[in-house]
Amino acid sequence: MESVTKRYPDGTVAVDRLSLEIPDGSITVLVGPSGCGKTTTLRMINRMVEPTEGTILLDGEDIQRQPVTTLRRSMGYVIQNAGLFQHRTIVDNIATVPRMLGWGKQKARARAAELMERVGLDAALAKRYPYQLSGGQQQRVGVARALAADPPVLLMDEPFSAVDPVVRKGLQDELLRIQDELGKTIVFVTHDIDEAIKLGTMVAVMRTGGRLAQYAPPAELLSDPADAFVEDFLGADRGIRRLSFFPSARLELTTGPVIPLDATAEQIAAPGADHLLVTDADGRPLGWGAPGDLTAGDIRPAELLPHGRPFVPGTDSLRAALDCAVLSPTGWAVAVDAGGRVTGVVSQQTIGEAIRSAHAADRADEAKVSS
Amino acid sequence: MNGFLDGFFDIPSDLQHSWLGLIGLHLREALLPVLAGLLLALPLAQLCVRFRWLYPPVLGATTILYAVPSLAFFVVLIDYTGQTELTVMIPLAVYSLVVLVPAIVDGVRSVPQETLAAATAMGFGPVRRYLQVQLPIAVPAILAGLRVATASSISLVSLGALIGNQGALGNLLAAAQKYDRPELAVNSVVTTAVLAILCDALLVLLRVVLTPWMPNGARSRPKTGGRRQRPVPQDVIR
Repeated sequence: MESVTKRYPDGTVAVDRLSLEIPDGSITVLVGPSGCGKTTTLRMINRMVEPTEGTILLDGEDIQRQPVTTLRRSMGYVIQNAGLFQHRTIVDNIATVPRMLGWGKQKARARAAELMERVGLDAALAKRYPYQLSGGQQQRVGVARALAADPPVLLMDEPFSAVDPVVRKGLQDELLRIQDELGKTIVFVTHDIDEAIKLGTMVAVMRTGGRLAQYAPPAELLSDPADAFVEDFLGADRGIRRLSFFPSARLELTTGPVIPLDATAEQIAAPGADHLLVTDADGRPLGWGAPGDLTAGDIRPAELLPHGRPFVPGTDSLRAALDCAVLSPTGWAVAVDAGGRVTGVVSQQTIGEAIRSAHAADRADEAKVSS
Repeated sequence: MNGFLDGFFDIPSDLQHSWLGLIGLHLREALLPVLAGLLLALPLAQLCVRFRWLYPPVLGATTILYAVPSLAFFVVLIDYTGQTELTVMIPLAVYSLVVLVPAIVDGVRSVPQETLAAATAMGFGPVRRYLQVQLPIAVPAILAGLRVATASSISLVSLGALIGNQGALGNLLAAAQKYDRPELAVNSVVTTAVLAILCDALLVLLRVVLTPWMPNGARSRPKTGGRRQRPVPQDVIR
């Protein structure tokens, strides 16, 4: 939807010959250290900053062609600390752009009420003023306000960086959910690489001096950082984080060491495993026990080792499966179905093999694409 | 009937006004300059906000004007405007201006950057942004300035007595001396004080009515959005 080539010198160069094609209907994240020009880039899209060179095209048309206020009203903008109008009620804050576009008061307020529900705000907050809301609630109002006139494009400038980590995670999940429903074209600026990887369909890593270091989907960013700067910016555990993009569905599970609470002596002895996972009558995991410590007909759930958090194959990633195995006292991860019933167990070793084969498959895919 | 308060409301006829008439005159001489000062201060303050370099010289010039004693002002102005109400009101308007310009500038400047950026990004032009965002948020600071300007203006009107009975309630002070009737002086002082207090109370009331968005009990205006530590009504936390 957009092809940007521009340089922005005001003595210093804030953004240097940047070219980006931002795909429609997905989240593109601009990430980089402070002073890398990511906010400047974002603000050039709605012309709060005018580029010195180059052009920005929106759906093939130069954004310079339409009046600046028209352009801005067609783009939602969410900012750090929300930037709410403290002198207006929540409902009036959200209705701002629709009112400017000439909607009737009733229609604008009805729209605001609908959006409050969409972003997870209690309708009782409508008549309150911003100071009466928590930071997270204010940020939700900010998102609702940006969505009010149903703009095709949403610009978000570090919107979640001023709230605490728990609230931030909630807001990120909410954004992904809203994006699933609405399919906006979102350009999101952050300095937090984890946020970028979590939210982005495409991630543009920028470096100081306003240059693009790499523009790629998050999985590719983690597997093939373009250079030392990107690698360093991704952090030391990018290998582990990359596992988030591999599904755990194809892990080979074994039910050998899984026994019911009322297991016979043979069932306890048969697998020849170091540890056995005991399940209750419904098949839910109770805990681990060594065969020597278990007495047939008298297995006491309270004496078993904890089984740790289980993972759901298909829903969770390999990273989640590995995490379960690492945290498990026996080194085995417990797999359950959506109902919490054990479908099998898997060892760290098996997960390790799955990771290697996933990497191999990934490389084969790339080879196919490039050939 | 020779009690002290007997002649309290018996205003000498050479003042040409009843007690209530003097009050009306006093309010007019005091409040019109404040209004004029406000009307001049608004655009001047907006210029100071837009062109930052303008603010220090404007502040310097108005402060020097404020330092000119009102009596000196009157003497200079008499040559041009004679012994009229206008001679009293012009200096008062200048004094109001001096108080109001920094109040408005500080108020408008204290609108959080992210609020301004959000307004711009939503497609507010400069004029709409000033009228619908900056000015309303600056209202508490402007009203704080108005309170100071109004109180000082009400008290300074009395000096008009020195240039030929243009002091409204202040004229009673001169009359008290002339006719040896101290109760008129008491009347002048008490009435002026009560007027000042009432006007101040009205401005406070106006502030409360205009700014329902201010946190209850906050004495100073809020400066940034969102992250202040403030008492929050319990039922809001859900």
